Amino acid sequence: MILFMLERMLRLVPMDPERLILFTGHFGSGKTEIAINYALKTAESGKKTILVDLDIVNPFFRSTEAKEILEAGGVKVISPNFAATALDIPSLPADIYSVFTDRTSKVIFDVGGDEIGARALGQYFPYFKKEPEPSYRMYYVINTKRPLSASKEDILFMMREVQHKSRLPVTHLINNTNLSYETEICDIIKGQALISQVSKSVEIPIAYITGVKELLYQIAEHEEGLKSILFPIRLYMKPPW
Amino acid sequence: MKGNEAIAEAAIQAGCRYFFGYPITPQNEIPAYMAKRLPQVGGTFIQAESEISAINMVYGAAGAGARVMTSSSSPGISLKQEGISYIAGAELPCLIVNIVRGGPGLGGIQPAQSDYFQAVKGGGHGDYRLVVLAPSTIQEVVDLVQEGFDIADRYRNPVMILGDGMLGQMMEPVEFGKRKPAELPPKEWATAGWKGDRPRAVINSLFIDPQALEDHVKKIYKKYKAIRINETRAECFNCEDAEIIVAAYGTTARIVRSVIEIASKEGIKVGLIRPITLWPFPAETIRSWAEKDHVKAVLTVEMSMGQMAEDVTLAVGGRKPSLFYGRTGGMVPAPLEILAEIKKIREGALK
Repeated sequence: MILFMLERMLRLVPMDPERLILFTGHFGSGKTEIAINYALKTAESGKKTILVDLDIVNPFFRSTEAKEILEAGGVKVISPNFAATALDIPSLPADIYSVFTDRTSKVIFDVGGDEIGARALGQYFPYFKKEPEPSYRMYYVINTKRPLSASKEDILFMMREVQHKSRLPVTHLINNTNLSYETEICDIIKGQALISQVSKSVEIPIAYITGVKELLYQIAEHEEGLKSILFPIRLYMKPPW
Repeated sequence: MKGNEAIAEAAIQAGCRYFFGYPITPQNEIPAYMAKRLPQVGGTFIQAESEISAINMVYGAAGAGARVMTSSSSPGISLKQEGISYIAGAELPCLIVNIVRGGPGLGGIQPAQSDYFQAVKGGGHGDYRLVVLAPSTIQEVVDLVQEGFDIADRYRNPVMILGDGMLGQMMEPVEFGKRKPAELPPKEWATAGWKGDRPRAVINSLFIDPQALEDHVKKIYKKYKAIRINETRAECFNCEDAEIIVAAYGTTARIVRSVIEIASKEGIKVGLIRPITLWPFPAETIRSWAEKDHVKAVLTVEMSMGQMAEDVTLAVGGRKPSLFYGRTGGMVPAPLEILAEIKKIREGALK
């Protein structure tokens, strides 16, 4: 029963009404994995989907590396020039502008970490302003088990910086608390408590709790109240062993 | 945590309060983290105008008795070699991190192990040695940073952490404070201000009189002997009845562990010797396993054209065939590639 409900939720996940979906967050928060999952689910629902890899910070473990999987799943990928070519030159291609003029596709932006990554977004601010309502949704992904984002103050500080540099306000939070393969459900629930405090103080809702499905099933069993916001993800970025 | 962040946080927790560096991929998270965290704990972070300047700032801070660190990646480490030789000559402790990328020259930003020679055979000029530690998990990174600082202080010698782009960029859960700090004598040799209460401290690596320089080098080499005896470390895994022993360090050792698992399902017994200290090199451990009858051959696997392989071959000393398999330039060997190599050797050796 729970399994069935989760499966159903999975299908509902990418039904956000906005056309432009942004994933921002602190460095290493898990934005890329979530953006890939979100893009694949959106394409699965039959929508024309584009994923823009806007990460100019980190030349490794980026969504462009999952290009084959994404394209096989019907997602068009726009990458920075030279991404995944092992060249460390962070320049952004002109095709990014096309996603603002052709409004037939749903566009998912995988933004680089911290305020440095969000800076790349700032230059597109005028285009976000021109987009008709409901224009965009900006997620801020938080993993409370990451350094420099383990307290309310640290999370709020970085979120303010990201909003300042991207010139866009965050509209929704995502709890992606994890310790990789050592994650336990109590970590996620403690993370949820901390992010709830953040949510209250800035009046921004928590849209999703993300994690591998095995853990989220357990949470669904124990925490009735959280069921509606669980978003199980598959992991695509893996080391070679 | 990311490997690079873990290095930085571990250094802070080990009491490092000074960091001087210059950016280069794939180690930029270390200075970025230090720039944010050091001011919070009363420390100082300076992005120097070059690697040469950064290592000389390290030289100065170490001379004043500070716990100090720098980090870079291959081409940047090449630039630091002159300073490293001065630091070793002046007998000063510091921690140098090299998150190795492909070379030679500007090379590429993908993980490599082709700086082994540079790290363990000198790199800079003169008769000196660097203690070189090679972690293979993020937890071990954290533990070895604490240990590296302690070894540096105990022997008054620079210590290097030799990682690679993979280890720097990947994420794993870690626990801090597992390795307890060592009890160390006060740094009476440091130029930390003279109040007439002790002999004047002088930091120097210049010896005009050749006899004085020879005496100085001989004194340093006594220390190196003690380091060899006390600090040589290696991990042996699954060696007890192995037919083929693989020698590998860092990221490559992790890949070999997957190979051992796959091989055992096929009934092939493979063992791993993983040097944790690349200098001092665990030659004795390798020799003692190579002597065993059940071992038919030793295979060194590296992300290079075969650098540690030379030290392994010396240690095996002709007792068994010593072979090499490697990928380089930022290519990471896949488990099945290594297994295929093992099978080839096995067919040859067991016939």
